[in-house]
Amino acid sequence: MNENNVLMRIQDLTTNFHTYAGVVHAVDKMTLTVPKDSVVGIVGESGSGKSVTMMSVMRLIPNPPGRIEGGHVWFDGAALGMPDRMEKDGPNKGMVDLLSLPGDAMMKVRGRHIGMIFQDPMVSLNPVLTIGLQMTESMVAHGLATNEEAWKRAVEMLALVGIPNPEERMRDYPHQYSGGMRQRVMIAMALSCSPELVIADEPTTSLDVTVQAQILELMKELKAKLKSSIIIISHDLSIVAGIADKVVVMYAGRILEEADVYDLYEKPGHPYTMGLMKSVPRLDAENRERLVPIEGSPPDLLAPPVGCKFAPRCKYAMNICREQEPPLVTVGEGHRARCFLHHPTAPAVPGFVKVG
Amino acid sequence: METILKVEHLKKYFAINVGGPFARHMASLKAVDDVSFEVGRGETLGLVGETGCGKTTVGRTIVGLYAPTAGTITYCDENLCALSREAMRKVRSKLQMIFQDPYASLNPRMTVGNIIEEPMDIFNIGTMAERRERVQELLRTVGLNPEHTNRFPHEFSGGQRQRIGIARALAMNPEFIVADEPISALDVSIQAQIVNMLEDLQQNLGLTYLFIAHDLAMVKHISDRVLVAYLGKIVEVDESNDIYKHPLHPYTKALLSAVPIPDPRIEMQRQRIVLKGDLPSPVNPPSGCHFRTRCPIAQPICAEQEPELRDMGSGHMVSCHFVS
Repeated sequence: MNENNVLMRIQDLTTNFHTYAGVVHAVDKMTLTVPKDSVVGIVGESGSGKSVTMMSVMRLIPNPPGRIEGGHVWFDGAALGMPDRMEKDGPNKGMVDLLSLPGDAMMKVRGRHIGMIFQDPMVSLNPVLTIGLQMTESMVAHGLATNEEAWKRAVEMLALVGIPNPEERMRDYPHQYSGGMRQRVMIAMALSCSPELVIADEPTTSLDVTVQAQILELMKELKAKLKSSIIIISHDLSIVAGIADKVVVMYAGRILEEADVYDLYEKPGHPYTMGLMKSVPRLDAENRERLVPIEGSPPDLLAPPVGCKFAPRCKYAMNICREQEPPLVTVGEGHRARCFLHHPTAPAVPGFVKVG
Repeated sequence: METILKVEHLKKYFAINVGGPFARHMASLKAVDDVSFEVGRGETLGLVGETGCGKTTVGRTIVGLYAPTAGTITYCDENLCALSREAMRKVRSKLQMIFQDPYASLNPRMTVGNIIEEPMDIFNIGTMAERRERVQELLRTVGLNPEHTNRFPHEFSGGQRQRIGIARALAMNPEFIVADEPISALDVSIQAQIVNMLEDLQQNLGLTYLFIAHDLAMVKHISDRVLVAYLGKIVEVDESNDIYKHPLHPYTKALLSAVPIPDPRIEMQRQRIVLKGDLPSPVNPPSGCHFRTRCPIAQPICAEQEPELRDMGSGHMVSCHFVS
């Protein structure tokens, strides 16, 4: 048992892609804690490493070109039912390092203990197998149920996610479902083995707003009903706002800010987070104010800038930002930010809550 | 305000095969079904709706990429549908389009200079040197380095490619631009750059936009008026601020309540109108009001009678039986 109520702790995770053009540092020394029974939102633009982090956790990084170069992914050993692999001592007592598991043990973790909802429901279901077969497959493979039991449970799961006539729809093929329905099937599938952790990788990106609202409501409902932690990945700060307890902002393969959801939106501690919020129009805005974009474009990860990765686009960048990478410092309770503006000698910036 | 474009009873049906891969049984997909609206000079008209509501088809029909099945499009007092090919060609230079996907809408084998110059080549404008000059000027206008004329599209990021697409659209000094989801393929931090640029260009060049998008917050931000489309029909038209404050059509209400707001205090409390089900097929739309299958207030009359687009005062148009 670990007593800190931690389900998963990613520690110094580094994933690189070795391409012909050079080494892409997709995830660099990423550290993240997922408490039990919580929803963690990961926000970042394309190429920020949010999906690669989660694929590394699942150990689904295609190798070559990708390689997990270092770090640990500690997962609650009691939940995994692997007492012999648990750490005996130290801060990670009772945890199992997923990255050091042999392949067959990892197979037992995927789907059973960590469920995944992929981004594009159009391509992540097998077009030549019925929904029923795909739904029951993981339950049977993990030895949780016989074929008949799995079928029954799959029908229940489909009903739970709001598919009408689940009994009949089990025999249908994915093309007979609409996009929103397929995403519901993906969710049902991810939850079918009652995993301790569900990773939802941009679950609503390819959907219309009305369907997106349906899926988000469904996820909120299920979060209350089932005892799973959820990691929701999105590029949209507003999607995460309604569902997450804790939000992590990623940029260029590292965390720039991590905070409780209310703290993050009320007193963002990083210029990038502030910039993201100002660059999207709000539906409830009274006047038509001009948007404040973040100038420039995300860095090339083949040759990332020295120092702070955001410095070339940062309005408040100081000399030190271009020379040294700022550390992730604690700026409040459970609030960490990677910015030199929090340093006692840094100049004050309007709208920026400084610590220390 | 002077009307620059008038669309009346526009219909666009596509013939599709519904008999399976071997049988031949044609049906018509009613992508746009009797749509009318006007655009004033210098305004930005937003067009929103879900996938499959016909918003892109409207845009493409206006610039002449599709021939309408029925209806008229009047641009500056000329009926585009009745023009000869030669006459249409001339008008078309004033109507330009910005496409959705900056990765698919630029020819990967042409240099940026050639891409932007091509419209001028086709219309035989100026000498070669003048055209080159104009390309440089256009690149500067859209915030790119004029020295990049000899580069190829793959050397640019998504946001830069969209700028190239915009420069191409501007090459002919157009008056009217159809922007078909110009920012939906871009990263959040880049979207604001492009939207601000479109606003600046409108100011400086006196452009008129038809801004097509599914992102309601962005449409509200950029548009003066908004059209809400559902399954080939327009269900509501209003000034963009009003439509947010006083939506009348149940679909517009649902659409607005579905948009997430980046503030957890609001978002966690919010009561959503969640629509049930999916968009019905435009091949076989519901009888009467197209929205009735998902409408929370539908009554028997909705299946029998199609509601008309009625003016509720000061240009606020709604098509619903139960709005008064």
